[in-house]
Amino acid sequence: MEFFLVQLLNGISYGLLLFMLSSGLTIVFSLMGVLNFAHASFYMLGAYFAYQVSTVLGFWAGLVVAPLLVGLVGMAVERYGLRQVHKHGHVAELLFTFGLAYLIEEAVHLIWGRSALEYRVPPELDGPIFQIMGSPYPMYRTFMMLVSVAMLVSIWLALTRTRIGLVIQAALSHPETVEALGHNVPRVFMLVFGGGAALAGLAGVIGGAAFVTDPGMAVSVGPIVFVIVVVGGMGSLAGAFVASLLIGCLQNFSISLDWSLAGLFSWFGWMVGPDTPLWSLWNVKLSQAAPVLPYLLMVLMLIFRPKGLMGTREG
Amino acid sequence: MSTLRYRPLDLGRWIVWGATALLFALAPLMSDASFVLTLLSQMGILIIFALSYNMLLGQGGMLSFGHAVYSGLGAYFTVHALNLVGKGAFWFPVTLLPLVGGLAGLAFGLIFGYVTTKKSGTTFAMISLGIGEMVYACVLMFPAFFGGEGGISTNRVVGEPVLGLTYGPALQVYYLIAAWAFVSMAAMFALTQTPLGRMANAVRDNPERAEFVGYNTQRVRYLQMCLSAFFAGVAGGLSCINYEIVSAENVSALRSGGVLIATFIGGVGLFFGPILGAIVFTLFAIALSGFTKAWLLYLGLFFLAMVLYAPGGLAWLIAIQIPVLRARRFSELLWPYALALAAGLMLLCGLIGAVEMIYHLSLESAEESVIALAGLEVDVRALPSWLAVGALLAAGGVAMRHASRFVSARWHAIQQDIQRGAA
Repeated sequence: MEFFLVQLLNGISYGLLLFMLSSGLTIVFSLMGVLNFAHASFYMLGAYFAYQVSTVLGFWAGLVVAPLLVGLVGMAVERYGLRQVHKHGHVAELLFTFGLAYLIEEAVHLIWGRSALEYRVPPELDGPIFQIMGSPYPMYRTFMMLVSVAMLVSIWLALTRTRIGLVIQAALSHPETVEALGHNVPRVFMLVFGGGAALAGLAGVIGGAAFVTDPGMAVSVGPIVFVIVVVGGMGSLAGAFVASLLIGCLQNFSISLDWSLAGLFSWFGWMVGPDTPLWSLWNVKLSQAAPVLPYLLMVLMLIFRPKGLMGTREG
Repeated sequence: MSTLRYRPLDLGRWIVWGATALLFALAPLMSDASFVLTLLSQMGILIIFALSYNMLLGQGGMLSFGHAVYSGLGAYFTVHALNLVGKGAFWFPVTLLPLVGGLAGLAFGLIFGYVTTKKSGTTFAMISLGIGEMVYACVLMFPAFFGGEGGISTNRVVGEPVLGLTYGPALQVYYLIAAWAFVSMAAMFALTQTPLGRMANAVRDNPERAEFVGYNTQRVRYLQMCLSAFFAGVAGGLSCINYEIVSAENVSALRSGGVLIATFIGGVGLFFGPILGAIVFTLFAIALSGFTKAWLLYLGLFFLAMVLYAPGGLAWLIAIQIPVLRARRFSELLWPYALALAAGLMLLCGLIGAVEMIYHLSLESAEESVIALAGLEVDVRALPSWLAVGALLAAGGVAMRHASRFVSARWHAIQQDIQRGAA
C-alpha cells in the first residue's frame, strides 16, 4: 500500500510535468497545425538556461528568467523561421522544426559540452516534506506538482477568462473571421508559439533539476510527448492531460515491478521454463520492458481507437 | 481486341542509365586509396536507402521518422543468415544475401506499415517516430537475438566462393554494393512508372480525389510502404556485409534522421534527387567529420538553409536551370551567381570561424588558446579575432542580402521572357 501510494504520487508528479510539455505542443498544433518537433528541445533549453542563470542569481531567478528566455527564443523561431516555411506546407514546417531540434542539440553540445551539468535541487527544497506510512516523501516532488498545477490553472484562466485567451480560442477555429475583426492573427500565432515554448522551458527548469540536465534530455523525452499527443487525441487538451497522467503513472509503476509473463503463466498453472519456445519474451520483466510500454500503448490505441482517447477527428 | 502500341526508343533514358552503370563501374579507379573505396561503398548503400526513403516522402507524401527500422531489422536478419551460413547450417551465396535483408524489411513493413499507414501527414510522422523508438527499445531488450549494445558481428567470407567471389577484398564488396545499387535504382525507377507509383503520387497530392476515383488511399500508402521497406532492407543487408557488424545504432533515430536529411538535401521532387543527397551526405559525414567535431552542426545548418530557401533540394536547384540554359540566357545569370557565391563564402567563413572558436573555448578549454583555421593562427581569447569574425558575418550578411535581390531580379526577368516566348 505504501509502495502504491508513493509510486502513484511520483507518477502524478511526472505526469504533470509531461502535461506541461504536451499542453504547449497540443495548443500549438491545434492553432497552427504545426507539430513542433523541437518542443522537447525547448524543454532542454529551459534547463540549460536555468542552470546558467542559477550559477549567477540562484535557483529562484532561474525559475522565472529561463522560461521567459525560452519563450523569446520560441517567438523568434516562429517569426523568422516558421513563418517563412509556412507557404511550403505542413511537411516543410515539420521538417523545419526537425532541423531546429537537431541544431539546438548541437548548439548545446557546442556551448555546454557533452556531459551532464551539476544542476541540482536548491537546498531549501531538498529533503522530505511529509511521511507516507512511515516513509518520507521528497519536498521537491511536491514542489513540482504545485508549480504544474498552478501553471495549469493560470493557463486555463488565461484561455477562458481573458481577452487574448478568447482571441486565441476564436483563432483556433475561425482565423479569417478573427482577422477580419481587426486582430493581428500572425502575432497571436507568434505569442502562442512563444507561450508553448515558455511552458516547455518551465518544465525543463523543474524537470532538469529533478532528473538530469544533459544534451540527451530532449531526445529522451521528445518521443514520449508525441506518444501522449497521439494517445490523448490530436489537438485535445483534455486528452493530453489524461494521457500524460496515464503515461506518467505507467512509467513509474512499470520500472519498479519485476512481473513477467512467465510469472503470469505460473499463476494459471502453466509452467514455462528456459526450454519453452520464445522464453526470452516470456521472461522479460516489466521493469525491463518499461521503455517500450508507452509506444506499445500508442500502437494499441491506433489499432483499436484511432482517434485517441478524447480526439474528435480521425485524420 | 488488339491495341496499336507505338513506343519510340527513348535514347536519352538509355544514355543516362548507361552512364550511371559506367560511373558505378569506373568510380573505384579514381584512386587506389582504401579511403575512397570505403566512401564509395557507403555512398552506394545510402543511395539505395535514400531512394527507398523517397518512395515514402517524395512519391507518397509520407514523412517518416523511423525508416531505419526496416533497414536495421533487415541488417539483423542478414547477419543471422550470414552467421548460419558460416556455421554450415545451409548453403546460400553471399551475393544474394541482401535479399534476406530485403525480405525481412518487407515482412516488418507488412506488420508496422499496417499501423503507420492508417494515417497520413503529421500523424503518420509521429507514429513512425513512435514505432522507431519502440523497435529501438526492443532491440536493447532482447540481447539474445540483437546482441545488446555491442551488436552482432560476423564474417562475410563464408562458404564456397561462387564465380570466384569470396568478398574478402573491399573491392569485391564495392562491386557487390554497386550492382545491388544499380539494380535497386532501376527497380525503384520502374516502380514510379507503374500504376501503383502513379497512384501514390495522386494520394500524396490529393487523397480526397484519389478516393473519389475509387482507390483506397490507405491501401496505396500501405503497398508503397511495404515496397519501400523491402529496399530499405536490401540497404541494411548490404551494410551488414560491408561492416560485418550490426548494432542497435542501425535502428536508431539518428539513422532515421540521417536518411531523412540526405534525401531532403538531395531533393524529394525528382527521382535522382536522393542519389545526389546520398553522395553529399556521405561526403559531409566522412570527409567533414575528419576535419571538425562540429560537422553535425554544419549539417544541421545546411539542412535548415535548404528547408528555408530551397525546399526542392539540390536536384531542384539544378533542374530549374535547364529552361534558362535552353533559352540561352544562362550567361546573364553568371554574374549574379558569382556575387551570391562570394557573399555566401564570406558568410560561411565567418560562421565557421565563430563555431570553431566557441567550440574550442567550450570543449578543449585547455591552456592552448591558439587554433589553426584555414592556415591562419587564430587566438580564440583575443578580441581582434572575434571582431574579425563578427565583421565577416555582418559583411557577408549584408552582401548576401543584396546578392540574393540581384539574383532574383534577373531570374524573374528571364522567367517572364521565357513565359512570354512560350505563350
